[in-house]
Amino acid sequence: MTGAKALIHALEKEGVDVVFGLPGGANLPIYDALVGANLRHILVRHEQSAAHMADGYARIKRKSGVCFATSGPGATNLITGIATAYADSIPMVAVTGQVPLAMIGKDAFQETDIIGVANPCTKYAFQPKVATEIPEMVKKAFYIAESGRPGPVLVDIPKDVQQATAEMKFPDLIKVRGYSPIVDADLSEVGKAVELILKAERPIIMAGGGVILSGAFAELQALAELLMIPVVTTFKGKGAFPENHPLAMGPIGMHGHPEANKIIIEADCIIAIGARFSDRSVGRFDEFGKGMSIIHMDIDPAEIGKNKSVDVAIVGDVKSSLRTLVKLLGKKVVKRDADNPWLKRRKEIIQYYQETIKDYAREITAKKSLKKLRELLPANAIATTEVGQCQMWASLHFDVISPGTFFSSTGLGTMGFGFPASIGAKAARPDVPVVDIAGDGSFNMTENSLAVSVLEKLPVIVFLMNNYMLGMVAQWQRTFYNRRYSGVHQHQCPDYVKIAEAYGAQGIRAQSMAELEKAIKTALKSDVATVIDIPIDPDEDVYPFVAPGTSLKDMITGA
Amino acid sequence: MSANGWYIVSALVENKPGVLFRVTNLFRARSFNIESITVGTTEQQDLSRMTITTNSDQRTLDQLVKQLRKLIDVVDVKVLDLDKSVYRELALIKMKAIDPTTRSEILNYANIFRGNIIDIGKETITVEITGTPDKIDAFKNLVEQYGIAQLARTGVSALPRGTEL
Repeated sequence: MTGAKALIHALEKEGVDVVFGLPGGANLPIYDALVGANLRHILVRHEQSAAHMADGYARIKRKSGVCFATSGPGATNLITGIATAYADSIPMVAVTGQVPLAMIGKDAFQETDIIGVANPCTKYAFQPKVATEIPEMVKKAFYIAESGRPGPVLVDIPKDVQQATAEMKFPDLIKVRGYSPIVDADLSEVGKAVELILKAERPIIMAGGGVILSGAFAELQALAELLMIPVVTTFKGKGAFPENHPLAMGPIGMHGHPEANKIIIEADCIIAIGARFSDRSVGRFDEFGKGMSIIHMDIDPAEIGKNKSVDVAIVGDVKSSLRTLVKLLGKKVVKRDADNPWLKRRKEIIQYYQETIKDYAREITAKKSLKKLRELLPANAIATTEVGQCQMWASLHFDVISPGTFFSSTGLGTMGFGFPASIGAKAARPDVPVVDIAGDGSFNMTENSLAVSVLEKLPVIVFLMNNYMLGMVAQWQRTFYNRRYSGVHQHQCPDYVKIAEAYGAQGIRAQSMAELEKAIKTALKSDVATVIDIPIDPDEDVYPFVAPGTSLKDMITGA
Repeated sequence: MSANGWYIVSALVENKPGVLFRVTNLFRARSFNIESITVGTTEQQDLSRMTITTNSDQRTLDQLVKQLRKLIDVVDVKVLDLDKSVYRELALIKMKAIDPTTRSEILNYANIFRGNIIDIGKETITVEITGTPDKIDAFKNLVEQYGIAQLARTGVSALPRGTEL
């Protein structure tokens, strides 16, 4: 068996059913081995999109997405997608071709030191030097990518190693000496958390992306309902808790829900679950949580104390930790009344912002559009986003009802992520509608994936809130640079309806709420991707806004 | 932020190519300040020991250790208790020494510091000196007056004392 065949067989053994990629000189043997293989290859038009598709697939399947690229530029094109997955802790196995062993270090054609390039944005990177190493390395790659705090792993295979023939052994069990993720929490730490929670008068849950990665939806809900306390999320944790639940407050952060940003600073105990206290979520590290006790549950010990010192740290898989916490608390807590003073305060805060925040007055606004989209989509529809204003509007105005059906490039903030990621999600769940909540600047970056969507029959909806601006940058220039615009205009180019049609997809322009409703309904019935081009006012800002370097209490709720 | 202290971090790592790169790249990416780093083989053929010295506050040290532990190729990390460890550094110091008085003074100091003269020429003397970094600093300060032509230090190697592992 050749090294390339061994790779494909090892992938099949891992249960991989879809691979996103693009061939080139250094991975030709791998592509030859794909012929007749028991897995689906989806040909992309740019390697960055292959990585984003694998990412979107992984977030919905909750197992590794796989992408292929050739050496040199193919491999470096993957990097943005790999770094995106790394920032959001998404399991991924990226397989790159490399120049033959003897050419490594000779600055050969299409040679790049991809192991070196990928080092800061992968959990690990392998480079087999002999073909017989491939089966074990692939197995280890999946194990490392999916266990502990998940993340991308690179397997870089020199072309001659792909071609070499050897007798292969496929191990069932592997061991990685320096790697042993902690799963079960230390009981004494959970005990300390119970004490803190019982002492607190105004405890609050702050759920992060770890809850989604761990699939701890039921456990989170059990904790919230046992204590009857408000639940805020981080942006990455959006949808960890149903946003139509009576305890839900939505995401905190730079463009968090105003009521969430307000209530968390009134709490006296924060239970942070699978969250990493990022600057975008908590503002200034020194101001956040001042005078409150903080309980931090996370699978990654290095997150404890990284940005924020905490009172109790529970290291372990949050699903397992939450189960233990709920069990121990259940013995001591009498289920609280739904109209305890803390929940009354919650209602007051929500009501206050409902009355004081004025909507941007236009026929079509981002808020109205997203509310309409939510109304017409089934609860189990999957939504992802591009990056920029569209993303923050999605955070504010698109409620996630079914846990785990929303994701976004929250850590790296990668423009061009949403569309290919939505195609990956569709490949994982072809039975539900998938929507990319988009802006024009971001969609423009990877719109050539329309070809993939059409040809691979993976119809998704691109919900394009179009202001022909790099809107978030324009907003910052309005806010911090006295409206001095620099490099933000996209000048009505291209025509997104025609772009869609050029690829054989469907393009619909919606200029009124009635047209928008009709367009969404048409898109939901379509067999091909639909780009709904929704012209919005380029002056519409995202509010509230917590300016960088300030605290949540400094939130600005409007212009 | 708490005051800075001097720490020795001892890490057992896989003995294979690329591991040193992964460790140093981590230090660079997270702005950890490293004073010295030494790598060498151990009693186990497939493991290397890295000894890292750093001047940092407790919180940064804590992060450094946790981030190191996160690396797949790092098998074990310990912060050594300086009172319960032995640690040494080796330095080669080449001094300008032409006149006989200077020469005899250098020989004398080298003797006191239990250093070895490992090279002597018409114009220079090279001393090999082993000890804690403090001792090497002291010797260096003492002989600086003669003019140090070249100096090479290995960085610290360390092990826990006695039965401590």
